[in-house]
Amino acid sequence: MSSGNNNNEVAMAQPPSRFEDVLHVLKRPGALAGDGFDADSGDDVMEMMQDSISLLVIGAGGLGCELLKDLALLGFQNMTVVDMDTIDVSNLNRQFLFRPADVGKPKAVVAAEKVNSRVQGCRVTPKHARVEELSLDFYRQFHVWVLGLDSVEARSYVNSVACSLLEYDEDGNVDPSSIKPMVDGGTEGFKGHARVIYPGMTPCFQCTLWLFPPQTKYPLCTLAETPRTAAHCIEYAHLIAWPRDRPDDEFDADNPEHMLWMFEQASSRAATFGIPGVTPQLTSGVVKNIIPAIASTNAIVASMCATEVLKIVTMCLRGMDNYTMYMGGYGVYTHVASYERDPQCIVCGAGIAIKTRADSTLASFRDALTSDSGGDGALPTDLRGKVTSPSISHGSSNLYMAHGPLEPLTRANLSKSLRELLFAEADMECERRTVTLMLNDKALAAPVRLRVTVE
Amino acid sequence: MIKLFSVKEKAKKESAEAAVTGKKKSSAGELRIQKDISELNLAPGFSIEFPNGTDDLLHFEITLKPTEGYYTGGTFLFGFEISDNYPHDAPKVKCLTRNVFHPNIDLEGNICLNILREDWKPVLSINSVMYGLNFLFLDPNPEDPLNKDAAKMLRDNPRQFEQVVRNGIRRGW
Ligand SMILES: [Zn+2]
Repeated sequence: MSSGNNNNEVAMAQPPSRFEDVLHVLKRPGALAGDGFDADSGDDVMEMMQDSISLLVIGAGGLGCELLKDLALLGFQNMTVVDMDTIDVSNLNRQFLFRPADVGKPKAVVAAEKVNSRVQGCRVTPKHARVEELSLDFYRQFHVWVLGLDSVEARSYVNSVACSLLEYDEDGNVDPSSIKPMVDGGTEGFKGHARVIYPGMTPCFQCTLWLFPPQTKYPLCTLAETPRTAAHCIEYAHLIAWPRDRPDDEFDADNPEHMLWMFEQASSRAATFGIPGVTPQLTSGVVKNIIPAIASTNAIVASMCATEVLKIVTMCLRGMDNYTMYMGGYGVYTHVASYERDPQCIVCGAGIAIKTRADSTLASFRDALTSDSGGDGALPTDLRGKVTSPSISHGSSNLYMAHGPLEPLTRANLSKSLRELLFAEADMECERRTVTLMLNDKALAAPVRLRVTVE
Repeated sequence: MIKLFSVKEKAKKESAEAAVTGKKKSSAGELRIQKDISELNLAPGFSIEFPNGTDDLLHFEITLKPTEGYYTGGTFLFGFEISDNYPHDAPKVKCLTRNVFHPNIDLEGNICLNILREDWKPVLSINSVMYGLNFLFLDPNPEDPLNKDAAKMLRDNPRQFEQVVRNGIRRGW
């Protein structure tokens, strides 16, 4: 083949890598770099990002589309995106990976296809599912989880999964290899936040649940008798008219017929009381408790999140510590707050290590916890004085409730062995297992987690 | 924060180590309701049932037999549903006894009790809700009506209200 013509020479010149700009960051030392960052191995770090790191992106909506695009263009190539929703025509103004022809298809599937076809080398795997449907083993395979969710419930769930994957050594120190760092973004109109969570080390979602104020609830009697606003009429249709008129139908906010019914009920009620302003948009906003999404807020928050993922994986910069709020309604304002863990958090607390034997009865295990003489099976001194009559649960099973209506119903368990109560037949051969039990006592403000090693 | 991934270890491909995951993860709501129930003080007149057994505390039924006030002698059943987000979210409580004539309860069993909606706070508990319900039956409030007819009658003609309530109790609410 001839190499004399100009066209070929142009083609043979080495084009700059698509990730040249990221490499500039990864190959440059600096005072603000994170612990263990080595600028000399920038190329290897890039290769690690591309080949061995896999990210879990939860949510393929307004934030999710931005996140996938940002992460793909940073050079992350292995991603799985989870979303339970299908594309609605009202998503198209901001969820830019979707086109009119995609309406009705699963968001995760279309988002993955679009990113894979636009960014060479990127392999996004879609998962059209609810976060609750996925197994712990599914979650465990990813190195960093990126959350672009719009509900407190889903965040709370994912957070509890991340905390449940934590493993501890004998001294109660968290095993770093069991930590799944989470980067969480959220937007509401012109406001948003980005945060970084190292479960077991920095405040988890539950530690700072107060950051999410409960949604506004109107008194039922106002809704029923003295509605004054369009939202009152919609809440009336939602909370009172639906269960009254359609008691056998489970209301589904994603079902267009249900939403139309809701809108019509709310409109007729608004007409009765002479209240203006009930629209289909407001109806769905009130019923789903959503505030209109702003594309630019999503873009800004997603870019903060994607940058944090890059920092966590490469240590090229010290990461955000640990929460940034963004207010874009009146000018631009951001503030970084370093929140603290809730030492009594029932989700991310390390808990107390206790040793016991599989053949102890629940009663003797319980006595040992509060025993004056201390020992392996006893609570630490500060708790031993306070806890006098503990109740003990294992997951959902309430092994013994020391007070109240369940005491007589759980009393028979006191004489059973831990082997019988905690392990299924198949597990009985294991020599040593660790189980998490929850202890409640009137003297304690919150449940205490026990990491019980059974021998 | 700490360095979790290093080039040398090639961010060790997570072995799907056959960790026995054991029991399903309890939600924060479930953990908290265990605490509430383990400390429940049933005031006189109250009883509680767990239709799905002692391991499902997210659904239960509370029976109130008022010992004072207009509703003395009646038996009122309430269904409680606790969400995974409890106590961030209030428990959902419905009066399961049908057609109760009460200013703050409608015929579908919706209850107008401030702490179940606008005044719910995570520091409240199932005990607080039971106090609230007890109070509602001791002292029905015609100012915040959910059943207009009952409220109007209680305000304008308490004797007649009392009679209607008596009849209802006799018919076996
Ligand atoms: Zn926590």
